[in-house]
Amino acid sequence: MNMNQHPSGDERYSDIDRTIEHYDFEKDALLEVLNTAQEAFGYLSEDLLIYISHQLKVPLSRVYAVATFYHMFTFSPLGEHNCIICTGTACHVKGSDRIVLALSEEFEIKAGDTTPDGMFSLTTARCLGSCGLAPVIVFDGQVSGKETPQSVTKRVKETISLSKEEQLV
Amino acid sequence: MNFANLEELAFKEQRRQEKYRRRIFCCTSTACLSAGAGLTRTTLDQAVAACQCDEDEVEVVQTGCMGLCSRGPLVRVEAKEQEPVLYGNVSADVSQQIIARYVPVGQSVDNTEPDQNEEQLSSHDFLHFRSSLRTAEKKKELDRHIIPLDSPFFVKQVRIVLTETGRIDPDNIEDYLASDGYKALAHVLENMTPEEVCDEIQKSGLRGRGGAGFPTGLKWHFVRQEQEPEKFVIVNGDEGDPGAYMDRTVMEDDPHRVLEGMIICAYAVGASYGYFYIRGEYPIAIRRIRRAIRDARKHRIIGESVLGKDFRFDADIRIGAGAFVCGEETALIHSIEGNRGTPRIRPPYPSKSGLWGKPTVINNVETMANIPSIINKGASWYTTIGTEKSKGTKVFALAGQLRNTGLIEVPMGITLNEIVNEIGGGVPGDAEFKAAQTGGPSGGCIPSTYLDAPVDYESLSKLGSIMGSGGLVIIDDTTLMPEFARFFMDFCVDESCGKCVPCRVGTVQIRKMLDKIISGEGTPEDLQFLAKLCTLVKNTSLCGLGQSAPNPVLSTLKYFKHEYDDMIQKDIPVEAGNGQN
Repeated sequence: MNMNQHPSGDERYSDIDRTIEHYDFEKDALLEVLNTAQEAFGYLSEDLLIYISHQLKVPLSRVYAVATFYHMFTFSPLGEHNCIICTGTACHVKGSDRIVLALSEEFEIKAGDTTPDGMFSLTTARCLGSCGLAPVIVFDGQVSGKETPQSVTKRVKETISLSKEEQLV
Repeated sequence: MNFANLEELAFKEQRRQEKYRRRIFCCTSTACLSAGAGLTRTTLDQAVAACQCDEDEVEVVQTGCMGLCSRGPLVRVEAKEQEPVLYGNVSADVSQQIIARYVPVGQSVDNTEPDQNEEQLSSHDFLHFRSSLRTAEKKKELDRHIIPLDSPFFVKQVRIVLTETGRIDPDNIEDYLASDGYKALAHVLENMTPEEVCDEIQKSGLRGRGGAGFPTGLKWHFVRQEQEPEKFVIVNGDEGDPGAYMDRTVMEDDPHRVLEGMIICAYAVGASYGYFYIRGEYPIAIRRIRRAIRDARKHRIIGESVLGKDFRFDADIRIGAGAFVCGEETALIHSIEGNRGTPRIRPPYPSKSGLWGKPTVINNVETMANIPSIINKGASWYTTIGTEKSKGTKVFALAGQLRNTGLIEVPMGITLNEIVNEIGGGVPGDAEFKAAQTGGPSGGCIPSTYLDAPVDYESLSKLGSIMGSGGLVIIDDTTLMPEFARFFMDFCVDESCGKCVPCRVGTVQIRKMLDKIISGEGTPEDLQFLAKLCTLVKNTSLCGLGQSAPNPVLSTLKYFKHEYDDMIQKDIPVEAGNGQN
């Protein structure tokens, strides 16, 4: 077994190690390391924060303090499907809050939460920068503009019921 | 590599481009990609391949933003000795029609039935499609996609920062070189002392485009005069205002221009290392800047010896992780140092004690992008554009309830009226213009009575708003102002870093008051208290975020007080939300 590998055998830890090495174990690179971890794992678990603290030789308290300061870091896994709704000014003026409302009513979750079955996460973002196409959403990585509450709810519901069917088969 | 080598590369690239009879430019910036430009691009390529024409006939180029984002995806056709033609809403079908219109079929085209499972558009299918277009009706259908380039949206603009966006391939350094790229840098290294560079920038009257409007040349002088051997340059690409995407566009579409500005700045102040601080939400901008740095290093434009001269410079990227406050310079420095992005008291200013305690220049992306043009054309040219105190142009992200939305660059001093009604084409439908919001959550709302005000730093701040980084959102009469003010206050509550009390507690209290008023439970005393609280937060907060957070409330209280009064006097809940549709 490779001695440098994480005991769990999880390859994603080597991504983190590579970033740390790239920055010569500089403590200043904490944000870069957290970014890599967030990208590789999708969220920052407690174990992951401990691992980073250990590897970078930075107190866990500082790792936690920095990670919780920035919005892009999340601490629980996302649902299987994820809809990000832009709530920037242009999208707001064009009614993006009604899309958020429609989805939270449909799936009975607040923005930022995931349904109990782990199928769907509803997230909001401060401006995706496609203001000319407001209101803009990103559903499962697909950006689309000029949306309405009806069009989004329909698409999300269809996708989720399809993926539920697939799971049954 | 010295500049003569680069000129040779540039010359070669110009020859290569001139070889083509037609060049078809496809916008692949974020806004157009959201509208489906990815498919447009591949369809254009496939249709050209299906024509099997001479190689010199046509080239399809991916470019950055062409401006009119609301009509995306955009495609522009340039043919030799002909006026360029711009097409909007170019779907896959329209792209095929465009190719059919402009690209001839090769002489020896292979018109056999395609094999099965071909995903590629075959020549057979394309020729078939082509022949179906020969009717006058079909031609008219394509003509409807033409956007006249002499419309006010284009004519009213003056492009300096955005000269090359929408014209060059951002991933291709040769394309930038062929458009006079790095010429300003070469000139500066060859013919100017650092002091002369600072003087030139100061003479041009360029002011920081991040919002505050501090004279750029003066800032450079401060850092240049510091005796410290190690200095830094930071390009601030942490564009956090919701509704603003100018800096992203410049970084995505013309990354070398920003890098060139940065290197010139480094030479002028005596720095040998620079950082791009870019929002994590901008993956394409990060990728393109990273590539620009790599290509520049490869061509020895940066490195141990910049363009063969005795000047060392290198650059790297730091990625922001979603904190609005990091646009504030001291917070940004803390973030680059790997800490929580909280601001600190100034002075000392970063020009004295910045990154790791060293003298540091921090300039906004757009400011840096102005530098190469100022050097190339001279400060006296730059001062002919704009007003007495605000020189040059400003890029705005024009959004909201307008016919034309997108990215525009206008000379300072243009009136809001020209932007809204001529460039923007006015408010669509039956709705009426109500206010123009500039400066995002730090700015204010300007009502229709002040539409004739010129857009410059002083006039906007006199009206209770700010120039800001360049978000310009138009609101029509379906939006209620107190509710709109609460939207921004929500943002500030979320984004307050929590370090100082007035901002951390004050913003929450302001939002509570707004909630109370909007729900119809407010009293006239509440309104007075709200105004007082806003002034308090404005005067006592530590950094720009808190100091400007009350602006949206204060400006709506000033110009739209009757809406607040209505909510109080009628004593009935006013429906929140904006009744669009």
